[in-house]
Amino acid sequence: MTTLDSKKFAIDAVKLTKIYGSGNTEVVAMRDASMQVAQGEVVALLGPSGSGKSTFLTAVGLINPPTSGRITIKGQLVLDGETEHANLRSFRRQHIGFIFQKSNLIPFLSAVENIQIAMQLNGQSSGFARRRAIELMDYLGVADRADNFPSMLSGGQQQRVAVARALANHPSVILADEPTAALDGHRGRQVMELFAKVAHEQGTGVIVVTHDHRALDVFDTIYEMEDGLMHEQPKQSASSLDGAQSL
Amino acid sequence: MNLAMKDIRHNLGRFLLTAVGIGMLLMVVMGMGGIYRGVVEDATLLIDRVGADLWIVQRDTRGPFAELSRVPSNLVFRAATVPGVQLSREFVYHTVQRQRDGKPLRIAVLGLSWPTDKGEWVPLITGRPLGQSHYEMIADKSLGLGVGEQLELGKETYTVVGTTNNMISSGGDGIAFVTVADAQAIQFDVPGEAVRLERAAREARGEVFELAIQQPMMLNNAARPSGELPAVARPQISAVMVTLSPGADVNHVAETFSGWGDVSVFTADGQRELLLKGSVEKVRQQIGLFRVLLTVIAAIIMALILYTLTLDKIHSIALLKLIGAPNTVILGLILQQALILGVVGFGIAYLVGQQLFPMFPRRVILAESDLLQLAGIVLAISVLSSLLGIWKTMKVSPNEALT
Ligand SMILES: Nc1ncnc2c1ncn2[C@@H]1O[C@H](COP(=O)(O)OP(=O)(O)O)[C@@H](O)[C@H]1O
Ligand SMILES: [Mg+2]
Repeated sequence: MTTLDSKKFAIDAVKLTKIYGSGNTEVVAMRDASMQVAQGEVVALLGPSGSGKSTFLTAVGLINPPTSGRITIKGQLVLDGETEHANLRSFRRQHIGFIFQKSNLIPFLSAVENIQIAMQLNGQSSGFARRRAIELMDYLGVADRADNFPSMLSGGQQQRVAVARALANHPSVILADEPTAALDGHRGRQVMELFAKVAHEQGTGVIVVTHDHRALDVFDTIYEMEDGLMHEQPKQSASSLDGAQSL
Repeated sequence: MNLAMKDIRHNLGRFLLTAVGIGMLLMVVMGMGGIYRGVVEDATLLIDRVGADLWIVQRDTRGPFAELSRVPSNLVFRAATVPGVQLSREFVYHTVQRQRDGKPLRIAVLGLSWPTDKGEWVPLITGRPLGQSHYEMIADKSLGLGVGEQLELGKETYTVVGTTNNMISSGGDGIAFVTVADAQAIQFDVPGEAVRLERAAREARGEVFELAIQQPMMLNNAARPSGELPAVARPQISAVMVTLSPGADVNHVAETFSGWGDVSVFTADGQRELLLKGSVEKVRQQIGLFRVLLTVIAAIIMALILYTLTLDKIHSIALLKLIGAPNTVILGLILQQALILGVVGFGIAYLVGQQLFPMFPRRVILAESDLLQLAGIVLAISVLSSLLGIWKTMKVSPNEALT
């Protein structure tokens, strides 16, 4: 799929506010943060620690719903203030791929099963799921670790398995929170380029929280958060797909 | 992909240890049920095996098992004359405790009505029924006597000619089958000196008895055993067992006996009832209550174990929720593990119990109905106790996968 529907945003987040706690302990982690990500667009989200990036990402990812605001994903209004317009969990399963700072693999499943389970939960046969899981692992350079349990993988290998899991269901949206922290510079850039490639080929909207300023050229748009407020940064150099291998 | 099995396989050692723990617990519950069943069985087995339709006992007593009963020996002939009676047998039964190899040996001595009853109804595991009217014995296995072994009781030596098993008195002592005459000899054994003294006392009493003074021959009678004295001798048998002819009406025959002023009559079922409601009732209740208590404790422990197993998986469960696993998947994971644990635990309980219970001093009977009932209880416990874990997982937010 190469044609992009410009009218339909992959992500349309409007005025998201998140307040943790109440009274004395009240923390406004995010205030009126809005972001629109077109299908096929790759967004970098920068900002100092504690500025609300993770809060924004988990809100858009329907993991940690905002206190107020509206979230539309691929044209479908999912969340409007307190009102859920879809089953958040099945919506997550079908439309959203996550990668987090700390790899989050299920400890009692092998690497390949961790990827498989995401697809099988989505109704794929186990044979198909396994083949695709191996393909993805192969692409990410961890195929030889397919039958290892997460505890036997290095941080970087775990992270690549997590990336494979996020891509497995061809999500409409990929949300990555500092995904390259555990990877070396080369692998890190490769993962960013992979996101860009998936975005451009499949119309996926991608938001990546990153501190790696060397890889910013991969992104179409750059946002920055500060004290819970969202700003769009002037666009820098054009995105590059050079070096992205075919998947 | 079965998540429950994957998790178990990954933590196999811990799972097996837990299963063994639960298995041991269930084995105790199972054993308690078996002991209960054993007490009931042992108490009634003799009544069932001996195959009497009616029991005639001393008037107004609940004998011969629940209390002492004495009936005259000739009652066996009186009973035989009643229409509908095919066979009447004497029943003599009492417990003795002797020393053998330095250890106390408790024997329930049961008299067989020789020659009508040679003990053919006793299920033998080795040897043969009684072959002569004296000095032979069929011994229960629990007495530890083998065929050919000899045992001194009273003034005689008895040879074990056959062994049986599971023939136990309600007190748990093994039964030894001898002829009625031998049983009485054992029961009424008096040392020679005592016999001489008693005889002298009788003669002394006789010498001042006017009839004896006029007819000195009468005094010779004083030398005879007390059972043969022409007087109101102490009745010497415990009860008379009656077997009815085919087609005879139990109630009708029983009515005839209850018309006799010196005896009471019970059916075999009545005897069973007397035993269960009487002598073993308190033991039965005690074990029964203990069993209920153990079941409740097992349920609580299983709930705690399953809850802890669930807590260990909270992060994985949050992660499953995060990648969009529906509640049914998570519920299935917890529930399946609970059931697998229950089933494996039950299996271990059964297998280990089968090896262990035969070593118990008294019978532990794993009745099929009891096992099925316990299996049902274990399934129910598994489901109920996983509810605590399920309740916990339902509250877990996918956010927890990120912390
Ligand atoms: N569960 C929470 N409870 C209370 N405060 C929180 C919670 N999560 C985050 N915060 C606060 O919200 C603010 C934003 O946090 P976060 O979104 O994690 O920032 P970032 O990802 O940019 O480092 C911080 O001040 C943080 O302390
Ligand atoms: Mg963060």
